[in-house]
Amino acid sequence: MGNTEYIKPKNLNDLLNNKKETEGRGAVIAGGTNLIPQMQEKIKSPEFLIDVCDLQELSQIKEENGMISIGAGTTIADIASSDIINVKSPILASAARQLGNPLVRNRATIGGNLADASPAADTAPPLLALEAFLFLESEGGGQREVPLEQFFTGPNQTVMKANEVMTRICFSEPEHPLNGGYIKLGLRKAMAISVVSVAVMLDVEEGICRKARIALGSVAPKPVRAYGVEKNLEGKELNRDVIEASANKVTKDISPISDIRASAKYRQHTSSVLLKRAILEARDRGKK
Amino acid sequence: MKKKNISITLNTEKREISVLPNELLINVIREELGLTGTKCGCGMGQCGSCTVLIDGAPVLSCLTLALSVDGAEITTIEGLESPDGTLDRLQESFIDNSAIQCGFCTPGMVLMGSDLLTKNPSPTEDEIRAHIKGNICRCTGYYGIVRAIKNAALR
Repeated sequence: MGNTEYIKPKNLNDLLNNKKETEGRGAVIAGGTNLIPQMQEKIKSPEFLIDVCDLQELSQIKEENGMISIGAGTTIADIASSDIINVKSPILASAARQLGNPLVRNRATIGGNLADASPAADTAPPLLALEAFLFLESEGGGQREVPLEQFFTGPNQTVMKANEVMTRICFSEPEHPLNGGYIKLGLRKAMAISVVSVAVMLDVEEGICRKARIALGSVAPKPVRAYGVEKNLEGKELNRDVIEASANKVTKDISPISDIRASAKYRQHTSSVLLKRAILEARDRGKK
Repeated sequence: MKKKNISITLNTEKREISVLPNELLINVIREELGLTGTKCGCGMGQCGSCTVLIDGAPVLSCLTLALSVDGAEITTIEGLESPDGTLDRLQESFIDNSAIQCGFCTPGMVLMGSDLLTKNPSPTEDEIRAHIKGNICRCTGYYGIVRAIKNAALR
């Protein structure tokens, strides 16, 4: 691995100062499960590594006044096993359980997964379906809230500025947390970069869809919301015909490419198939 | 780059070591500390042969910066047996259940088995297979390993 300097901030304040002082030449390192391989392949060569893995204040999961708040430094393993996440946002817990493998999950963090901004980032589709927003902070009291749907700008590109650190990921507690579905299609059962992933959250009243939030990964330059499908579902009775017709419209919301894992055509086709299954799962979960 | 001093507890022994900022834990364990039970297979976090425990949690030491574990408790495969040399029940079970061929994946598999049994004293076969998903074996076909972990639970 290339030369680098190592900084270990003791608290959030130190972290923000370190980020400012390193003037864009310092990278935050949390689990390192993406960053270390990238440094070994010389894709990234930060002059400074700012280690946040022991910062307790960045790894809390809280539930307050109807808001769930997850510290950016929270490990994927902690998210997968959190009672709050499993009860209030099971689709996020499901995605966390399928990320990487048990060893990776013990170090990888939700902040790292989002900041790396792969179009296949596993936690992105559920968080988009949950309408999450991120807190980006900088030295001197700088703070802005960015809705996740505005955070990604392209493959591995985000709106984060060089002096900013992601501190929290928040979303409102869903009214019907069980009415969600998450499916990840990969070429193997672990360490799989998804071919297509789908997350759905629904508000259903007496069989009518009041609200639909749908997101997909690995089918566009960034994780995307399927706004067209959402509009198509809202106000309608969620029977199989409606679900099938709406799911088929997803092709207009995505723009998959062909790569070593799958062809664009395959992704187009399976997006509809998986979306239909995820909507059915979201509709029927929690029914007695 | 300058070396920095860190303190770790390695297999219950307190150690002070001096490492460079870009040094990875696996290299410090194998070279500086001379414990070669932990293997470097792929060097990129895909095979699991570099598995060690940090504060009780299994991680990939080939993706961990050495400086990151200052103050932590590190357990390698060498730390599993008792001070008097008595093997851990998992180590015995792996031997008894023909779960070892070339032995390269074995330290990682044994540590993951140990981690699983700490959390789940009688896992099902599916639970065992899920827990070792990050550890690749090219020799055994996994059946002996799964059986070894399952039987260790009964000891």
